Amino acid sequence: MRDVAIIGIGCTKFGELWDCSFRDLFVEAGVSAIEDAGIQGEEIDSMYVGNMSGGRFVEQEHIGSLIADYAGLASNLHVPATRVEAACASGGLALRQAILSVASGHDNIVVAAGAEKMTDVGMDTATDALAAAADREWEGIMGATFPGLYAMIARLHMHTYGTTSEQLAAASVKNHHNGTMNPIAQFRNEITIDTVLNSNMVADPLHMFDCSPISDGASAVVVAAADIAKKYTDTPVYVKAATQASGTISLHDRADITTLDASVAAGQRAYKMAGMTPDDIDMVEVHDCFTIAEICAIEDLGFFKKGDGGRATEAGETAIGGRIPVNTSGGLKACGHPVGATGIKQAVEISQQLRGTAGKRQVDGAEVGMTHNVGGSGGTAVVHIFSRDR
Amino acid sequence: MTVARFWRKIPHRYNLIGTHCTTCNEYYFPPRTMCPTCRRDGKMEPHKFQGKGEVVTYTVIHTAAKGYEMQAPYNLAIIKLDEGPSLTGQVVCGQEEMDIGMRVRSVFRKLGEESEKGMIYYGTKFVPE
Repeated sequence: MRDVAIIGIGCTKFGELWDCSFRDLFVEAGVSAIEDAGIQGEEIDSMYVGNMSGGRFVEQEHIGSLIADYAGLASNLHVPATRVEAACASGGLALRQAILSVASGHDNIVVAAGAEKMTDVGMDTATDALAAAADREWEGIMGATFPGLYAMIARLHMHTYGTTSEQLAAASVKNHHNGTMNPIAQFRNEITIDTVLNSNMVADPLHMFDCSPISDGASAVVVAAADIAKKYTDTPVYVKAATQASGTISLHDRADITTLDASVAAGQRAYKMAGMTPDDIDMVEVHDCFTIAEICAIEDLGFFKKGDGGRATEAGETAIGGRIPVNTSGGLKACGHPVGATGIKQAVEISQQLRGTAGKRQVDGAEVGMTHNVGGSGGTAVVHIFSRDR
Repeated sequence: MTVARFWRKIPHRYNLIGTHCTTCNEYYFPPRTMCPTCRRDGKMEPHKFQGKGEVVTYTVIHTAAKGYEMQAPYNLAIIKLDEGPSLTGQVVCGQEEMDIGMRVRSVFRKLGEESEKGMIYYGTKFVPE
């Protein structure tokens, strides 16, 4: 397999973008990634597009063709464009497919993009579309919601390890703080522990401010064979690992409800592929669709031992300047979570960190970064490791 | 959900009929056609569960799933059946009664309905034993 590098990145603002359509968002992110890479349309061999539920959110399927068309890559160039879907991990999956197609030697330059337009439907439709990431027949029909599933993870984590609501809230407070320094973030305001604890209960013990928002947004990266990357950029971001793992679709079928074993498997495969350990990672973007998800992720990826994630977060060990900065972008909570775009946005953030262009969010001496993207309650996990060095 | 989609799951939803693999002696609910342990070597047969078990974890849902708004707040739990497998279901009792490790038994209940003229979903909920 060939080495692969990211040579271009692009991202729209995340938020309730009422004046932008689904295709507007995709084109904006794609064009900025292509301009950042300094490539021409003729050089693009293929595209992978992450999108969870265009059918429910904008009543549009056949996203690959739509995007290739509106990016000007269909009518003359006929660039193949493939939509991939793994619920909230769709973006991470698109990136991994793009990397694999370059690594295999079939393609030299590939665009990986992700987008979701979630605010063209009402809140109840959006919530129901997201609930389709769980097992509709045996979770959804019993009245389970996504916050409800993660609330059950949180409840058992609290019961088993003594994790507190304040510790969960600390993840949200930290991510909002990081979001204040990110120009694309949906929320750029500081909050306090009390903001979280005094917000409405969604599914006990998770409050509104434990939950990531409904968002619109798109992001894109251009990946290329490492051998040609320096032709396009002085700062290629090299891919050291691109791994994926499946877990049971239903939360109730997991051996341990507080462990997303797909995250564990994808993480272990990534460390093995990169020849690294958690100590080698300088910062990580994890899938904090809920605060408890961030706590589980930093444990499941080996940064903290099981049960210690809440305490470590409260102690500031995951803040910028802490032992392992987590979600410098603001994470899903503050940066926003347009589900198909999230996995790509994580790679955009790590690329900025490794290029040294993350502004006030910059992690000093950033050499190696990780992304972790989850579908559903852990049915799919995608992990990438990126490095400044080939 | 169409009538057919609900109808074909009626034995499982109403009577907690899952599957038992006679090769590895594991029990499964919800039912599966292939044993995840033995895969093609497994032999699956229907199995009616007793419907007793204990709460592994739970939540009280305040922002309800679509179609369940009238029931909020409601208790949702992962319940480990005595025969082994776990499932997701509602527990009908006061929120303050909910506890990890509490014993529950299954009851036949209305789960929800699509609309005034739509299908009514029946199935299994749980009550304290």
